Amino acid sequence: MPSESSGSYSFNILLVEDNPGDVRLACEALTENHVKHKLYHVDDGMQALDFLHNNGIYQSSPKPDLILLDLNLPKINGHQVLAEIKSDESLKKIPVVILSISHSEEDIARSYDLNANCYVTKPLDINEFIEVFGRIQNFWLKTVRLP
Amino acid sequence: MEPNESSLHPIEILLVEDNPGDSRLAKEALKESKLKNNLYVAEDGVEAMNFLYKTGKYSKMPRPDLVILDLNLPKKDGREVLAEIKNDDNLKRIPVVILTISKAEEDILKTYNLHANCYVTKPLDLDQFMKVVRSIEDFWLTIVKLPNGKNE
Repeated sequence: MPSESSGSYSFNILLVEDNPGDVRLACEALTENHVKHKLYHVDDGMQALDFLHNNGIYQSSPKPDLILLDLNLPKINGHQVLAEIKSDESLKKIPVVILSISHSEEDIARSYDLNANCYVTKPLDINEFIEVFGRIQNFWLKTVRLP
Repeated sequence: MEPNESSLHPIEILLVEDNPGDSRLAKEALKESKLKNNLYVAEDGVEAMNFLYKTGKYSKMPRPDLVILDLNLPKKDGREVLAEIKNDDNLKRIPVVILTISKAEEDILKTYNLHANCYVTKPLDLDQFMKVVRSIEDFWLTIVKLPNGKNE
């Protein structure tokens, strides 16, 4: 179920994350920032692709304006989801922000090679996590022009 | 979260911009960064590609960690530069931030489809312009992990 900020919304954000704690913190961070948005959440890579392709229960889901994608996901991992998005003519334009606990150079390089729009590591500290989320949202929804 | 100020390797930034006023302002804004960085300016698309391929006088130049690219450039257009970078297996990993006055939906769509990492429009107002460059610097140098691990 999408969580909606007050008033009408302008941005649809898809969060692909299997850790319930991280999802909850992300929701809090996004709400604090007062940018009108609607956050959709799926917790594995297969659901993410179903959402994006409007399959099954996701047939009336909107095309997200921004995707926040974890790398370690059940069923289909984040790199595979990223590769599918960035090789699909109708989806590739959607910015994908990789959010991962992995600091490995290999994961970072591979994500950029697969055309991730940017790679951000998740801080373990809760307050830092909320701040980083807030700054991602600020940059992508306030500074950047989305397609 | 705190940027690592003792970093030995400065972050190398290539700005592709033909307007000297804009590159000067960008330089000023980047100088204020907490992270050590070197800004190189290429004034047209051909120079930008020579820099990236280390051709001729650019043979000793570092590989940039981030490219900030204007779209309307002399000799070779920014859209072509972007397409070349993102189709080159050796260069595609480098994040490319589009910074342009164009607000045309067509440019925005086309550049994202060419795998621009993000698209930012240049405000005409000077203070706003500095603010935008600072936000780019703040996000890409301190929040994002760049592909070389320098801002780790």
